[in-house]
Amino acid sequence: MTKLTLSKALNEGLRKALENDPKVLIMGEDVGKLGGVFRVTDGLQKDFGEHRVVDTPLAESGIVGTAIGLALRGYRPVCEIQFDGFVYPAFDQIVSQLAKMHYRSRGNVKLPVTIRIPCGGGIGAVEHHSESPEALFAHIAGLRVVACADASDAFTMIQQSISSDDPVIFFEPKRRYWDKGEVDTAGGVANALPMSKARVAMEGSDVTLLTYGPLVRSAIEAALAARQDGRGVEVVDLRSLSPLDMDTITASVRKTGRCVVAHEAPTYAGMGAEIAARITEQCFYNLEAPVLRVGGFATPYPPSRLEEHYLPDLDRILDAVDRTFGY
Amino acid sequence: MTMETGTAAAPPELIQLLTPEGERLDHPGYPIDLSDEEIKSMYRDLVLVRRIDTEAIALQRQGELGIWASLLGQEAAQIGSGRALGPDDMAFPTYREHGVAWCRGIDPVQLLELYRGVSHGGWNPEEHKFHLYTIVIGAQTLHATGYAMGIQRDGAEEAAIVYFGDGATSQGDVNEAFVWASVFNAPLVFFCQNNQWAISEPLERQSRIPLYQRARGFGFPGVRVDGNDVLACYAVTRKAMDAAREGQGPTLIEAYTYRMGAHTTTDDPTRYRLASDLEAWKLKDPIERVRSYLVRAGNVGSDFFAEVDAEADKIGATVRDACRTMADPPPLAIFDEVYTEDNPIMRAEREEFAAYLESFEGSDEGSGETSPRFGQGAAR
Repeated sequence: MTKLTLSKALNEGLRKALENDPKVLIMGEDVGKLGGVFRVTDGLQKDFGEHRVVDTPLAESGIVGTAIGLALRGYRPVCEIQFDGFVYPAFDQIVSQLAKMHYRSRGNVKLPVTIRIPCGGGIGAVEHHSESPEALFAHIAGLRVVACADASDAFTMIQQSISSDDPVIFFEPKRRYWDKGEVDTAGGVANALPMSKARVAMEGSDVTLLTYGPLVRSAIEAALAARQDGRGVEVVDLRSLSPLDMDTITASVRKTGRCVVAHEAPTYAGMGAEIAARITEQCFYNLEAPVLRVGGFATPYPPSRLEEHYLPDLDRILDAVDRTFGY
Repeated sequence: MTMETGTAAAPPELIQLLTPEGERLDHPGYPIDLSDEEIKSMYRDLVLVRRIDTEAIALQRQGELGIWASLLGQEAAQIGSGRALGPDDMAFPTYREHGVAWCRGIDPVQLLELYRGVSHGGWNPEEHKFHLYTIVIGAQTLHATGYAMGIQRDGAEEAAIVYFGDGATSQGDVNEAFVWASVFNAPLVFFCQNNQWAISEPLERQSRIPLYQRARGFGFPGVRVDGNDVLACYAVTRKAMDAAREGQGPTLIEAYTYRMGAHTTTDDPTRYRLASDLEAWKLKDPIERVRSYLVRAGNVGSDFFAEVDAEADKIGATVRDACRTMADPPPLAIFDEVYTEDNPIMRAEREEFAAYLESFEGSDEGSGETSPRFGQGAAR
């Protein structure tokens, strides 16, 4: 085991993927010499060459569109979109082309493209640099959508994404890039939890707290605080947003009878809505309270001096936990 | 097949009216009749916007701004083009057009609001004829094209100008704007500041030909101007804007310059470029050449330069103080101006959040006090 930051764990995972499969390519803006604006691809171009780690022209639609072409030719491109808010020029290529090619070709064409997107707020950035667009992608059939929350998952899940024959939207919690965690870099991914599975990050018996990405750490902190008050919060890191691991989710909710879903994205028409609906359908008789959601507001992401109010923090998560006990 | 690369026999023509040594040149296509007083006034603008930029970088280092995108090295391209605009012409900027903003009468403190994270811009574009800063690369080129199409329909004697960088020329939106402006003969000037770098990527990653030559393929003229020459930038922009107003359609101006600073304050250019390149461009500084000209040809004495420096000091202090004392907006401002009409879902969220904040009455949460900023970041 090695202690790595989340960004370094991604770097190591990408390195492994490049080493293990000569068809793996990395492409994006500033991913080469600079190593990406978050240094996730640091040193990879130096070691694997400009043909495998490609600084692309500044055009996101071009990055994804050409990745599709490379995949048609047998490559496994890993695209980096520099920031969440810059993915939209590529939206057409992702939604209309990447997601649907396998279906349209009746399974003849596989597009094993991974699209890495640093997501979420909390770094004091200007607009378009702090968004959480995961629901937009989870809504699109044909895409897998995953989010890593810690260094260990970052290392394994990026490799699992690259190995998947489906296109994967891979969300990276940018404000957690510098968080350190234990990573088993020597171990392969064969024994790792599949990326489609959720993980119970902290056990508890009174209420289930479902979250993913940047808020997993906040949720664990909230659960530790709740423990002081004698409340057992079970934190589930969803990891996969499409598909959802309903087995793990419902097992926890049936045990606790209460559920809070937290994410940075607006609650309105967000992932929490889908999750709450499914829990209501599948665990109706086990619920002691309605599933509550904590998330961003139904507004654009605010200027960064206001983001601490916009982003669900420990207090807002605990407030929702408290409210579930009011029923 | 031959490839026109611009590196062949003849180098691309570069319009220049003031050499790096401060020598005035005449160009038959771009006559200008600026008095020395006017050139002194341009010098003043160049110095003041550089000072504002320097202050902003310092404020970012001190934690007062989240980030800053420096215009260092691009002052002449911005002041020259900005001063060539008529009062009714509309400008569409990127996030680095602090010099053009200055020419359009935007209070520099308002620019800092955006980079401090207090607002997303917030000035009234029509009041200043200066659109909001656009961060998504190249998107504003289409807005400018549509705006110019509106001018055309109104029969107004106006034109629009849109700013973008060398990196943006790779974006689909920018190429679509070229097509639109061309086929509709829109009264628009495409002003590309080729500062040689899109964060870490050199121009060669965006284009195999000089950028101004792309215009020909889209069906309108392109011209390359010395982007560090304020007089040439002024003359070339004025001519292109006149042509647009007269119904001759769009022009692409490539202002050939150099990004002397980092992409933004979070960037580290030592990772990808040589210090020697920077040294070579220092000799082409946009301000020094105007100063040399004024001293030699205009007999301008040291009093004038001292006055401008004193004014710069004053503006620097004003900007610094205004930034440091700039209050955070109240938390409920998150919900302001999202829609023009009532939105009951959002209103309910606002009411719930207001009640939530009240439950902390007396504690720090929701007090509007500035909290320690989050960790390090990176941005375009």
